[in-house]
Amino acid sequence: MRNLAFLVLLFSSITSLSQNCNNSLSGTVTDIHDGQLLTGVTLIVAETDQAVQTDFDGTYSFSNLCNATYYIQVSHPYCLTKGFTVRVSGDTKKSFKLEHHIEELNQITIEGKAYNDKSKTLFENSIDKNELERFSSASLGDALKSLSGVSSLNTGNTVVKPMINGLHSSRVVIVNNGVRMEDQEWGAEHAPNIDINSVNNLTVLKGAGALQYSGDAVGGVIIAETSKVPVKDSLYGKSLMTATSNGRGAALSSKLTKSYKNGMYATLQGTLKHFGDFEAPDYILSNTGIFERSASLQVGFNRFDYGIEGYYSIFKNEIGILAASHLGGARDQIRAISSDVPLIINDFTYTINAPRQDVSHHLATVKGFKRFENFGKLSIQYDFQRNNRLEFDIRRGDDKNKAASDLQLDTHTVLLDLESHLTDAITLKSGIMTRYQKNVANPNTGVRRLIPDYQMYDFGMYFVVDYQWNEQLLLEAGARYDLSYMNVFKFYRTSFWKSRDYDQYFSGIVVEELENQILTNPQLNFNNGSATLGANYTFGEDYKLFFNYSIASRAPNSSELFSEGLHHSASRIELGDLSFNSEIAHKVALTFQRKNDLFSFNVNPYINTITDFIVNEPVDVQQTLRGNFQVWEYRQTNAQLLGVDIDASFAFAENCRLNSQFSLVKGYDRTLNQPLISIPPANISNEIVYQNSEFNNIRLSLQSAYNFKQNDYPDTNFEVFTPETQTWQMVDVSSTPEAYHLLNFNSSIDINLNQNSKLTVGLGITNLLNTSYRNNLNRLRYYADDLGRNFLFNLKINY
Amino acid sequence: MKTMKTMKFLTATVFVSLLFIGCSDDDAPEAVNEEEVITTLTVTLVPEDGGTEVILQTRDLDGDGPDAPVITTGNLAAGVTYVGSIVLLNETEEEPENITEEVEEENLEHQFFYTVGDGLDVTTSGENEDDEGNILGTTFTLTAGAVSSGTLTFTLRHEPTKPNEGLDDAGGETDISAEFEVSVE
Repeated sequence: MRNLAFLVLLFSSITSLSQNCNNSLSGTVTDIHDGQLLTGVTLIVAETDQAVQTDFDGTYSFSNLCNATYYIQVSHPYCLTKGFTVRVSGDTKKSFKLEHHIEELNQITIEGKAYNDKSKTLFENSIDKNELERFSSASLGDALKSLSGVSSLNTGNTVVKPMINGLHSSRVVIVNNGVRMEDQEWGAEHAPNIDINSVNNLTVLKGAGALQYSGDAVGGVIIAETSKVPVKDSLYGKSLMTATSNGRGAALSSKLTKSYKNGMYATLQGTLKHFGDFEAPDYILSNTGIFERSASLQVGFNRFDYGIEGYYSIFKNEIGILAASHLGGARDQIRAISSDVPLIINDFTYTINAPRQDVSHHLATVKGFKRFENFGKLSIQYDFQRNNRLEFDIRRGDDKNKAASDLQLDTHTVLLDLESHLTDAITLKSGIMTRYQKNVANPNTGVRRLIPDYQMYDFGMYFVVDYQWNEQLLLEAGARYDLSYMNVFKFYRTSFWKSRDYDQYFSGIVVEELENQILTNPQLNFNNGSATLGANYTFGEDYKLFFNYSIASRAPNSSELFSEGLHHSASRIELGDLSFNSEIAHKVALTFQRKNDLFSFNVNPYINTITDFIVNEPVDVQQTLRGNFQVWEYRQTNAQLLGVDIDASFAFAENCRLNSQFSLVKGYDRTLNQPLISIPPANISNEIVYQNSEFNNIRLSLQSAYNFKQNDYPDTNFEVFTPETQTWQMVDVSSTPEAYHLLNFNSSIDINLNQNSKLTVGLGITNLLNTSYRNNLNRLRYYADDLGRNFLFNLKINY
Repeated sequence: MKTMKTMKFLTATVFVSLLFIGCSDDDAPEAVNEEEVITTLTVTLVPEDGGTEVILQTRDLDGDGPDAPVITTGNLAAGVTYVGSIVLLNETEEEPENITEEVEEENLEHQFFYTVGDGLDVTTSGENEDDEGNILGTTFTLTAGAVSSGTLTFTLRHEPTKPNEGLDDAGGETDISAEFEVSVE
């Protein structure tokens, strides 16, 4: 076809020569989205049938045109063909812009440009759609854990909190569809409120480099994105079903998208997950069921240079907490720890009893963008989030069915961002953010508020500039400033208020003195600066070096400031400190990458030095009528985390690949000269994958995952008196579990049903050998083993 | 252009609503009544044949706050049999709430255990029963033996396995654990 076009061109040039027209028309064709030069674009002059293609620099050139007006058709395999009218007068220059679409709906690759870079000098790890679908029945945290350097802090197997390079909770910022999640992420037993099936691409930035999202991501940023919709007339969707033997339940998820050539689109998505009690190899983990429901709707209008989108999602999750983990004091703790099996093992049930969590999260957002020629892309976004968290405890009398904790967190945010290409080589991203947040603790629970009522106002502004020095070197620099003001109403116990000498330091904030409580009105201001500086250097055919230095400042969260009392789900008394200031992290990360189909790897060493790091550690044992409880107190110290993450992928034979990962992190309290608590142990995983696209895209994989024993931990054991034996007994809460090795198997095959629909059938087995193990970062590891063998059966239909 | 107008409108709406929300209520929240806390455990031991009653009490008015419980103990008379009863109170409320009533209502889910420490010559028996004939133990009989001293511990378990041999196999969750230094004189 192309040859024919050239023939036509050849002939036509002969004819035009005879007309004595010697003008040329030349220029470039670029992608309207990111200004990238497009190669292989076909341009045809309608009047003369001349046809040329753009070369590697995205340039084209026609010759032998007359002084006249021509109609030029510009087409590219992945773009909508467009027509332009060009007036040629002498040698004319004209550049065209095309909208470069996602290459193919079902093949969004990790490195593809379908999703933009979040940081240019901080190495990004991503999980694509195909990989995410394998986690359809699990949680976001489970999927993230498959990346090197990402682990999780678990409460049982259903509350999975992502941990990046040893840091978690408020130090990990999660961005869902452009919205920073505000879902009470401060709590170690609060899992992110995102349905994994609503996510199409998941990116992890192991650092604070992505300043457009936040300046306080001391640990890192997780970015979840929904799929992009092509600008064409189409109706497509998929349904996924995963049934599992462990938990005896299933996850169902469906998604349907309608799109139009004019840019309109709508996507409806929903998920239902229901599992009963999960099982360890030797027993049932009673009361660990989960019931999750979620739905989202996305409606938008997307044109070349402007667009608007509305998105709403609701996520509702009921989670059972292992019955045997609910304890009343240190003596119960001794019993539970010394017992080989959980103290409560009941028959399998789908019923979720107390202790349990019932969380719902609403997220609504409206956003729009407009591209201005010679100015840039201006985006505005408003989002609203409502997070309601109910925690039910084992209670007595009339309170039995009443939540012990009932918190509602509302957040409104407005973002204004501008992305401009100052020159061909310099891009500037800048923006401002305003946020209002309100937390209300329902007083009718009959339990003192764990988190007080507060209102918070945030204002932030940032810029990030990157400069393409030459073809090999890119430099990036950015800064951000955040101001937050917190207006809090907090009831302190009079005894605590006095024991901390708050009556001397903070007497000015007292509003009212009650019989045994004091109502105070702390008003706190935090000014936080953050910055990033980085470079990325490409050399050889396949090599790249990333360097990034970032400063992140994080204001203490309400839990760190105001905790004061028994945290039942943790069986400990937690005490915050009103006088905390922001913690400041300096992280240097280096990544050496080789990207090649045959053998690719990246090695990512880093060092994170944090001043005024807020750590929560056991300090004391307190006697109460319920018995003795360990007191965990937040304190500020200087900490340092260093480690390395390594990924490698080697295609050792046709259709066969070996994927390996290794992560190591060491955390130290530099003030007390001891290891930090809750640091993941080293782990290594190797996976052999066979995939044959010519044989129904069959895919078989066997993964071996080895978790080392964590040998570095602070000694936080304590002693309690046991009246039965009249002895002091040691409560060993610090010793870490032994190393373990797990084997996981996964397989899938595609069956084409007809031209438009495809069925994928999959079978997976996790913990193939039914190994009994406990993980250092599972808060319930004292009481029960982790999950036993699980058979997963997947069905997916694309239509 | 139409989209631009819509965007302008949206922007304006957003800022106005933000201002509006931002300026809303500043009212102080109401205090929470701690409904479940047990602040006070009182064991009253009345000699069967009359005489001075013995009161053992532990009282922790700030619940799980930093103040330690205030413990009142008493001495038993050798060879005397006492009728014992236990009262639990929540004194954080203005009208102290009697939690024993709740425990007795939910008698199947609760049980008191008495642990006599080494050296103390005391025996307990005759506990009251729950609706299914198992031990509840809010009342009991205590016999003081020879002159001796040691600890006497009262433990209330929530949702124990019933019947049981004692604390070791009872399971459940500890609601109260009160320990007294006692002498038999």
